[in-house]
Amino acid sequence: MKVCITAQGATLESPAEDRFGRAPYFIVVESENGSFEAIRNPYADGGGGVGPKAAQVLIAHNVKALVSGQLGGNAKEVLVAAGIATYTYKAGGSVKDALDQFTRNTLVRS
Amino acid sequence: MKLAVASGKGGTGKSMVASNLAFTLVSSGQPVTLVDCDVEEPNLHLFFPAPATTTDVTVPVPVVDEAACDRCGKCEEACQYGALTVLQNRILFFPELCHSCGGCTLVCPERAISEEPKRIGTLATSTPLPGLTLISGTLDAGSPHAVPVIRAAKKQAGGDPEVIFDTAPGTSCPVVEALDGCDACILVTESTPFGLHDLQLAVDVASRIGVPAGVVINRSDGKDEATTRFCVDHDLEILLTIPFDREIAAIQSRGDLLCRARPEWQKDFTALILKCRALAGVEP
Repeated sequence: MKVCITAQGATLESPAEDRFGRAPYFIVVESENGSFEAIRNPYADGGGGVGPKAAQVLIAHNVKALVSGQLGGNAKEVLVAAGIATYTYKAGGSVKDALDQFTRNTLVRS
Repeated sequence: MKLAVASGKGGTGKSMVASNLAFTLVSSGQPVTLVDCDVEEPNLHLFFPAPATTTDVTVPVPVVDEAACDRCGKCEEACQYGALTVLQNRILFFPELCHSCGGCTLVCPERAISEEPKRIGTLATSTPLPGLTLISGTLDAGSPHAVPVIRAAKKQAGGDPEVIFDTAPGTSCPVVEALDGCDACILVTESTPFGLHDLQLAVDVASRIGVPAGVVINRSDGKDEATTRFCVDHDLEILLTIPFDREIAAIQSRGDLLCRARPEWQKDFTALILKCRALAGVEP
């Protein structure tokens, strides 16, 4: 299953990003084998409507779960409709830390 | 002449200047149309109470015929505002993100998208004084786009020969929309650092749109050196200075007009109109 963690950089060591629609990177991890892909968010500096646009990126990459600090209402509606589970991570650590917590199932659903 | 009254900073006295200009014009026998373009908080009707005819302002929004839609995703791709998301089993539409550009309708290969009107505000038109037409645009609460309401209000004023547009404060889209196509613009400021700072921004906007601008200093405490220096440096005429005066504030606060309560002010506003005509390059 593919899990997306919002990130400030392109690696697992990068700090996790609190914002969803304007996160600089989406780190998409394959939970089966730990391989990952860093997707630069084309809407990071967008003017408006970035929530649904960012959600569309996740849908296109077949993501099934999202870990981020906070979600706007429109993004949330698209993610829910697309069947993507959303989890809150606000500990201020790295992508790896967020992923560990997700794997240990200690994150709260947002 | 199409004359806009703008400011940059809020609360400097745009509506006061616009309402007194309109009152002075109709008092001298010249018909005028006054348009309240501050559609998020219109207030000119407070100075000119009268029964009004109200019409709806609508914008076109897409309606997807899901039976005809084959989920190709072209509309989602075309929408620059994230208003449409195509899922396998349905289409999500966020009307508050839609800018009514019509792009989705154009690109749909299945012609599955049609448009329907969505109300976003109202226009109220009244005749509070003989010769004075007041058009007030009001944006509905929760509607995010003021510009179409301003555009509708301007259109309603149509080709009226003498139109005064009272704009919103600030320098963003609603002000740009109101200024666009005007012959001249009055920028109202006040004797404070904020007033001067925002005047500088407003001067920049007017100059980029290409509307000739002049300055009215309101609530002047007599210490306007910084504003005066800025105006000299930028070749801006100070068209009128209104003093910081308790009596003027009291007249304004009870919803009266300075030029009605103190008719001697009409000659100052008549002079202001003439200076605006000179700015605009139209016949006096």
